[in-house]
Order: sequence, then C-alpha cells, then structure tokens
Amino acid sequence: MNDSAPEHEPTSRPQSLVELFVTFTVLALQGFGGVLAVAQRELVDRKRWLRREAFLELYSVAQVLPGPNVVNLALMLGDRFFGWPGALAALAGMLTAPIAIVLTLAASYQQFADLPMVAGALRGMGAVAAGLMIAMAIKLIAALRRNPLGRGVTLLLVGVTVALVAVWHVPLVWVVLFVGGTGWGIAFCQLARQETGKNRE
Amino acid sequence: MNGLSAADLFDLVSHFLLLSLLSIGGAMSAAPEMHRYFVVERGWLDETGFVTSIALAQAAPGPNVTFVAVVGYQIAGLVGALAALCGILLPSTLLSLRVSRWLRTHRTSVGVQAFTAGLAPMTVGLLLATSWVLLKPFLDGAETVPWGPILLIAVTVWCMLRTRLAPIWLILMGGLVGALGYG
Repeated sequence: MNDSAPEHEPTSRPQSLVELFVTFTVLALQGFGGVLAVAQRELVDRKRWLRREAFLELYSVAQVLPGPNVVNLALMLGDRFFGWPGALAALAGMLTAPIAIVLTLAASYQQFADLPMVAGALRGMGAVAAGLMIAMAIKLIAALRRNPLGRGVTLLLVGVTVALVAVWHVPLVWVVLFVGGTGWGIAFCQLARQETGKNRE
Repeated sequence: MNGLSAADLFDLVSHFLLLSLLSIGGAMSAAPEMHRYFVVERGWLDETGFVTSIALAQAAPGPNVTFVAVVGYQIAGLVGALAALCGILLPSTLLSLRVSRWLRTHRTSVGVQAFTAGLAPMTVGLLLATSWVLLKPFLDGAETVPWGPILLIAVTVWCMLRTRLAPIWLILMGGLVGALGYG
C-alpha cells in the first residue's frame, strides 16, 4: 500500500481467518434486504478495518465488476488482509449461514406465508432496511468532500445518476458507461494536471 | 421441484456462468435475464416460483445473491441450489480478485486514481437511487400518511448517524413493531 495516502490505511485489521469469517457471518446475518449498509456499519464504524473513503473506493470498484457487489467487496477485503485464503474465508462467512437459512425458508415457507404477523414483521424490517440505506448514503456523501473532481462536478454526477436510475430507469450498463466514464475522464484530466504541476516545481 | 437430467443440469450451470459475467451492478440486475431463460424459455420454474424466490431471499438475512440459490433449489433441489450458486459466483469471483489486485499494484498511477475517484459520485448516486426504491413501497398507494414506517425510518437514520448501535437491534425493532401491526 502507498504510504503517502494515509486515508487508505485501515486503523485496525482482523487478527485471523476465523475473525474474518465470523465478522462476515455476523454482518451477513444482520443484512435484511441487502448487506451493504450493514457492511459499512460493521467494517468502517465498528471494526475500523477501513476508512469511509477507502470503503467508498472499494465499493465503487466492486459494483462495476460483474457479480454480487457485497460479495465482491468481501472478496477484495479478505484478499487485502490475507490473500487467497482471506478472500475465501470472507466469501464463506458472507454466504454459508444466509444460504442455509434461505433454503430452510424455501423448503417450509408455505406454512407461514399467510400469517398477518409475519407479513407485518417483514414490512417493519423493510422500513428499517430503507433507513439503513438512507443513513449510509448520507455518510458516504460526506466521504465525497475530498474528491479531486471538486464539489460542483461531484454533486452534478450524483444528481445525474439518481435521475437516470430512479426517474428514467436507464439500464445500469449505460449509467456506468456514461456517468462512470465521464467521471473517470474528468478525474483523469484533473489529476494529470496536478501531476504536471508538481513535476514543474 | 424435480431431478433434472445431467444434460439439463449442465445447461443450468453454464447459463449461470454466463449470467455471472452479465451481472454488473449485482445479482439483482441479472434477474430479468434469469426470468427470461428459466421461466419463459425453459419452463423449469413458473412465475410464482420465480417471484417467491426473490421475496424469500429479501426476507431472509444475507446478500441478495442468495435468491439465485433459491431459484436453483426450486428447479432441481439442493443440487440445483449448489449448481446455481457455483455458476453465478465462480467467474465474477475470479475476475474481481484479478482486477482488484491489479488496481492495488497500480494504485499510484493517474489512471487508477482517476478510476476510483471518478466512480465515487456515481456510487453514491446509485445508493441514493436504491434508497428511493426501498422507500417507494411505503409511500405508494397509502391513503393516509404512513406514520409507522416514517417513524421507523427516521429512528433508524438517527441511530445510524448518531450512535454506534449494531443494525440487528434496529431490524429486530422493525420486525417487532411490524408484527404488532404498527409498521
């Protein structure tokens, strides 16, 4: 890792593969309606294995690659700490218990699907899941503050993405190519200019 | 749910291997294609079975990709679940590890720094859009103001921003409030 970029240094790290496995199991089991918000909570706020900026960076890469986002994130983080065995431990932690639970449910759900209490509980959990996602989005907006794109361009790209996805339902591939490509291009120009500026001094 | 022939099982796995590479943005984004192939073209699963797979996975804890295991399970039992899961995970796993290692060794290059910095605004935008999608069912078709869900959401956001409470307590709270009929 690059020493000149202290914001990328984790403030703590897992001590063993077992700790990695257990941490990902615990966070996966808390993830109703998606694990991402819980992952941010556990890995950044509680375990402090990553800073907000590093989490956003890792997740940005994880989501443009094919495959489940949080699973990619688990793989990359496990790999960063312990190489291949770490990636597998994180992946196994993320999936083993949830798969066992969901298959048990699939084999038996017909017996309780119609109970109003079950439907109500699911709805309440859904509301909390929405709250978790909103809170995470608010936190990660704060992590954009030091983005080299500058405040105006950053907010514009955030707004365009929301409009394309939530309002016009544009397929994700186009959003990634258009917004991601634009962001990359502008960031490249900015950083290249800074670099030449530095070299001249 | 029934046993598939070896040839059909091979077809199932290879289709999931392909889906894995198409699922940019998460397993959910491959759902329409999964529906087209397994429900419409192959007829291995009916509409209800497919929708139930997604609903069950969202009700259960864990990443959304678990719904792929349920789809496999409904098609061919435990073998199907395992086959579907291996198929959807293998290609993307290998690719992700490759790319993330490459990015890490080249992290000081301007191109890579621009890549991560340039994508961050889009990532946050996508999360806001997902928030909206999760929020919408509570606002759609409500005749009165849905105070229960609004309060639950507000308490959750406040706890997440102001405390270090583990999310599981909030989810249990949501489940309890909902089960009592106030969600």
